[in-house]
Amino acid sequence: MIKQVRFLGSPKPGEGRRWVIAGPFLWFLIFFLVPFVVVAKISLSTAAVSIPPYVPLISWNNDATMNIALHFGNYHFLLTDPEYVIAYLSSLRNAAVTALVTLLIGYPVAYGIATTRANLRGPLLMLVIMPFWTSFLIRVYAWIGILKPNGLINNFLMSTGLINHPLDILNNQFAVYVGMVYAYLPFMVLPLYSCLEKMDHSLLEAASDLGARPLRAFVSITLPLSIPGIVAGSLLVFIPAVGEYIIPTLLGGADTLTIGTVLWNEFFGNRDWPVASTVAVALIILLVGPLMLLQHFQSKDEPS
Amino acid sequence: MGREFIPEMLTISQDGYQPWTDAAAEPQIKIENIVKTFDGFNAVDNVSIDIYRGEFFSLLGGSGCGKTTLLRMLAGFLTPDSGHLSMDGLDLVPLPPYERPVNMMFQSYALFPHMTVENNIAFGLRRDGTPKDEIAERVSKVLDLVQLGEFANRKPTQLSGGQRQRVALARSLVKRPSVLLLDEPLSALDKKLREATQYELVNIQQQVGITFVMVTHDQEEAMTMSTRIAVMDKGKIVQVGAPAEIYEYPQNRFVATFIGSVNLFDGPLVENQADHAAIASDEWGGKIQVGRGIGYSLGHNTTLGVRPEKVRIAKIHDPMALANRAVGRIKDVAYLGNSLVYHVILESGKVLKVTTPNLGSTPDRKFVRDESVHVGWAPNACAVVEP
Repeated sequence: MIKQVRFLGSPKPGEGRRWVIAGPFLWFLIFFLVPFVVVAKISLSTAAVSIPPYVPLISWNNDATMNIALHFGNYHFLLTDPEYVIAYLSSLRNAAVTALVTLLIGYPVAYGIATTRANLRGPLLMLVIMPFWTSFLIRVYAWIGILKPNGLINNFLMSTGLINHPLDILNNQFAVYVGMVYAYLPFMVLPLYSCLEKMDHSLLEAASDLGARPLRAFVSITLPLSIPGIVAGSLLVFIPAVGEYIIPTLLGGADTLTIGTVLWNEFFGNRDWPVASTVAVALIILLVGPLMLLQHFQSKDEPS
Repeated sequence: MGREFIPEMLTISQDGYQPWTDAAAEPQIKIENIVKTFDGFNAVDNVSIDIYRGEFFSLLGGSGCGKTTLLRMLAGFLTPDSGHLSMDGLDLVPLPPYERPVNMMFQSYALFPHMTVENNIAFGLRRDGTPKDEIAERVSKVLDLVQLGEFANRKPTQLSGGQRQRVALARSLVKRPSVLLLDEPLSALDKKLREATQYELVNIQQQVGITFVMVTHDQEEAMTMSTRIAVMDKGKIVQVGAPAEIYEYPQNRFVATFIGSVNLFDGPLVENQADHAAIASDEWGGKIQVGRGIGYSLGHNTTLGVRPEKVRIAKIHDPMALANRAVGRIKDVAYLGNSLVYHVILESGKVLKVTTPNLGSTPDRKFVRDESVHVGWAPNACAVVEP
């Protein structure tokens, strides 16, 4: 355990650390917390035909009285309108399915890379990271080319005579899953890899020595010890996947309803900033709640 | 100067058990002509050893000598390129580790960090499908054996190094393997704890009656605990024998210098009778008498080794009735607490190492730098060492 590193000239132990943390802390304060407060503020307003397009929360009367009007109606509206509920649920479902499928595909990939010869690991990891070098948008467009009725897959299957009519695999839920699993797979593979790679190989030898066949050793040793990697990877995939906008829009067709598309419609279609803000705040609450619960259980689990 | 070997601290606790001297005894483990190469490098080079039931057998050597490779082949983590391994008549080579009747205690202990002490120990029994109440009984018994009863529900991270070492031992013993393999079992402990644990391990081994095969680089550890030691160098067995045998009669220069400390003298054999022999050594400045016959012909260049603690040292005027005597001058004195090490320069310029017990009450037994002294040893104190 690293106790305390004291640098020459540091006034007292702990002082330097405070300054190091101050940088990122300020960054988050200014660029995350402040905009969030602004969004939360707008969510408590109502739409108006003005610039900006909402009624200010604070207004001054002629007799120097300050009126603060907080409208919680938007939140109520969100719960009563089934469109929003459906959008939230389908977003959560998309994210959950994406996390699950990336885990099922990513675990063997990460395990394979972590257990291969050391000099092959670098190049293999490079292959996992390589897609990031191309624009995300272009990669999603490429999937349209692959999935469309006269795209790569359908042309290939037709030419082999396996099918007579092109498969309907674009502009539906399936295409959304394909795109999201593809896009988020590296976020699952990397934390899993770093977890599996650190694992002490002698533990598996010990299990084998004590009579565990390879599958048993995997279930009893490797799997439980890679839970931190599974949790980290799942969160890294799940959280951005809930708010994903581009993939459902491009691959999911016109009537795909997700939080991302609802947000876009409220902001740019309806120009209803307060409702759009409410949607955003509700999403954050929805995500932060379970995360904090998870953190709580994890910290309890750690050895004293 | 390397770590000095201190004979007074040594008890050969395994004295008396010598199945290898019994021609009728059948070895439990037969290692025959084992070869293992890594990228063209012979890690284990044509090694053959017989190990008998109930032995505490040590594989001793420096790093890279092949001792761990040999142990891992017994455990099943490595497959020999050629040769045979058998245990109680069972051919081990085709068996995977989980089907071998051996268990191993790992150098890193390899305790499962997500399981309690109890579950770590029970792991092997569960794999065998042992009934639940029998598992509980055997786990608690072995926990008592290693004196860790009250730690059953702790996780390995909540234990000290010494406690973890005991858990590792308990886990490898609980399945009652017919052979226990130990890979540097004490190397992670500090010196005091290591010494205490040496005796404890031997006691446990005698209680459970299981054959132990231990890999170690620590000659003192090997000497203290083993019934027999195989000294390894560059993938080959250099000498196999009981600790006293290896120490008193090292067969070659490597063993003589690796185990303890030694003074070596070369010279042609000038006398060779049934009960005594002698070599002429320029370094010594005369003949060195040996108390028995040597299997070489006259004139053969012979190397003799004498342990520093067998060399007597005295003031110049002291009469010493020893056959091998010379005069020298003290070059260095090292104070080790329980003993003193002198470096004595002989007339030839050869430096002779001499160890004496620290008998503080006799001042005439202490020597200072540049003092002239007599050194000498009895003819039966030296051993013939092959180059």
